Amino acid sequence: MGFFFQELVNGVTMGALYALIALGFSMVYGVLKLLNFAHGDLYMVGAFIGYFVIQWFGGPTAVSIPVPLLLVIMFVLAAVLVGGLGMAIERFAYRPLRNAPRIAPLITAIGISFFLENAALLLFGSQYRVYNTPDFISFSSGLQIGSVSIDSVQIMVLAFSLALMIGLRLLVIRTKLGKQMRAVASDREAAEMLGINVNFTIAATFFLGSALAGMAGVMAGLLFNQVTNTIGFIAGLKAFTAAVVGGIGSLPGAMLGGLLLGIAESFITGYISSTYTNLFVFALLIAVMLVRPRGLVGRVQLQKV
Amino acid sequence: MSLDAQPPATGPQVGADEWVARQALRRESLPSWRGAAQRAAERIGWWPRLAVACLAAVVLPMFGLGGFQLQVGIDSLVIALLAVGLNIVVGWAGLLDLGYVAFFGFGAYGFALLSSGQIGRTGIHLPAVLSLPMVMIGAAVLGLLVGLPSRRLIGDYLAIVTLFFGEAFVEFTNNVAPGTLGGPNGIINIDPIHSFGYQFTSNLSYYYLLVVLLVATMAVLRLLETSRTGRAWQAVREDSLAAASMTIPVNRVKLMAFAFGAMVAALAGTIFAAQQISVFPTDFDTPILILVYAGLILGGAGSIAGAATGALVVMVIYDGLLRSPTDSAYLFYGLILLTLLVKVRPWRRLGLVMAATVAFGLAAHAIAGALSASAIAGGPQSTGWIADVLRDWVIVPANPAIPGNYGFVALVCMLVALVQAKGRWRTVLMVPTLYLASFAWETRLIAQPAITRQLMIGAILIVMMNARPQGLLGARRVESPI
Repeated sequence: MGFFFQELVNGVTMGALYALIALGFSMVYGVLKLLNFAHGDLYMVGAFIGYFVIQWFGGPTAVSIPVPLLLVIMFVLAAVLVGGLGMAIERFAYRPLRNAPRIAPLITAIGISFFLENAALLLFGSQYRVYNTPDFISFSSGLQIGSVSIDSVQIMVLAFSLALMIGLRLLVIRTKLGKQMRAVASDREAAEMLGINVNFTIAATFFLGSALAGMAGVMAGLLFNQVTNTIGFIAGLKAFTAAVVGGIGSLPGAMLGGLLLGIAESFITGYISSTYTNLFVFALLIAVMLVRPRGLVGRVQLQKV
Repeated sequence: MSLDAQPPATGPQVGADEWVARQALRRESLPSWRGAAQRAAERIGWWPRLAVACLAAVVLPMFGLGGFQLQVGIDSLVIALLAVGLNIVVGWAGLLDLGYVAFFGFGAYGFALLSSGQIGRTGIHLPAVLSLPMVMIGAAVLGLLVGLPSRRLIGDYLAIVTLFFGEAFVEFTNNVAPGTLGGPNGIINIDPIHSFGYQFTSNLSYYYLLVVLLVATMAVLRLLETSRTGRAWQAVREDSLAAASMTIPVNRVKLMAFAFGAMVAALAGTIFAAQQISVFPTDFDTPILILVYAGLILGGAGSIAGAATGALVVMVIYDGLLRSPTDSAYLFYGLILLTLLVKVRPWRRLGLVMAATVAFGLAAHAIAGALSASAIAGGPQSTGWIADVLRDWVIVPANPAIPGNYGFVALVCMLVALVQAKGRWRTVLMVPTLYLASFAWETRLIAQPAITRQLMIGAILIVMMNARPQGLLGARRVESPI
């Protein structure tokens, strides 16, 4: 039974990461009805920013500032820079295409994803950059419940992503910006007529979504230690899957989908074989799309003619 | 202006409304030599142009096209065949198929299994007259299966399903049945294409085979384009609801588009496998998909000639020119100059920008040289007159990698700023942008041609979609946003 719970813990941690990426992806889809293929690459950029922050403050073995402060700087910097990058991408590449046929921004998004991936290759090379998390965060300081061990990084990732999700939920439900976002998502033209600044709302959505992806990138770096330019693509695919399984455009759906995906992946890797994990994820997505295209919690939308 | 932009004298034209017609009329009355040249070019029909292009392709190897150039030619023709097939699904039927390369892979793997020692003890060695139709029919069936979701899913949802189908294909060939499919090691020692005692072995024979196949496919598709089915595809693309109310069987028409596209892709796959003598899962991964899309988008989705031309141009640049520093320097500076000539008006402004850029560079070079000798110690990496001209203008430090990286980031930021800027600011910003472009190119991009060409493909997709979504040869269409 210990193995089961261990896999469950690992799966929930993974799932929290996927959920964070899927949230941003789903938010963008909500307001713009655009599949932002570049979203996974923003996550990759976030992971690199975290790495460079560690290097900046003396490297993993000789951190020159207190570790909690280092973590705060990593997350804040990744959120701000990646959020800004997401906003810039929206301004530069998506806004001119807002009234173009649907296929145009999709292809642009593919182009941006490819461009970001290769720009990272040009700037950082193809070698793996290593966070070396154990050198500055002790893994042994975690919880030990029976034979199940939850290390401190996992606890931090879980707690922080939970806080982010709750914060996002509050933002969407309680604040004026959240109300504007929901209005733009449900009908952009009507929202504009009612005096909502649509451009600002969409830019803010891109900022928030990209910032979440950037912070997820830092968490992934802390958890898996390794960063390279290709991690974005596969993470992007996983986030799609999570968002689609939950119901694309729905924020609780993205969280649920992320968690389910993480747990399922962890169990498949643990009980069957890691060879088939990705194949399973892809098959799961195709199956969900065929059987229930609106996802688990998504509502059926009427198509406007 | 293009083959397909030319409105036929009779019959309805899909997707072009009154605005387009008026624009075409305006172009007709263009004064001076440009209008005359355009009218003359438009008077030549589609078929004569295909014949001329075919003749050029046949004659080309006789001018001493060597081993490397011939390989570039073969690769370009394979991608052109793929782009022409993708045009059926994306360009005509308007279905965003992001798993298209899987059919290419299916064709290659299907042919590889049917004509190598992979299955059983001696393997299967079918002649091409049998294996080619088998593989193509198999791909068409697979295309139907993959297209089935298109009955229910539209737009983005279909894109997701097909994207994951493509990824699943790569995972499948990588991991499932390694005894038969070879896993990451792929299948090697594939037979050449052979039938009736004749074998295609030399690269030249494959080149001609591909030319014949591409021209034949384009001819068939041209006939198909104006046929009932072709018109139905385009009607479904414009408005599937309207098409359905005009009694077009929308679902069947979509499935047919998938099947036809898959067949063309599989055909390209068989030739690819036979010519390479080997297939690997990575040959069918996303970069190839993006390459084919770049070709299709550059040429113009919806136009057969556009798809083929765009793919050929992209591949010749990607595979041929961007390998030698000198060739790519010509290409890079030539493209910049061309863009400036076309985009910057009036001439006075263009002259001003050019003069300011030259002065800016000379000053920057002099200042950098005065500050530190090592800042200008490196020279341009290419040879030839461009490098000689640039030597005293562009700063290339002795150790260019790190400054080059900063230059590249600054260049991207400047380009974004340039697009946002208006009026006089745009002219002012152009000067440092041009200089940064040259700096990033000489210090970093030219040293990493493999990455530079990938960046170029991504940039083509972004820029084309924003600046000219109909592509170089496609007809401008007016669509109502949904």
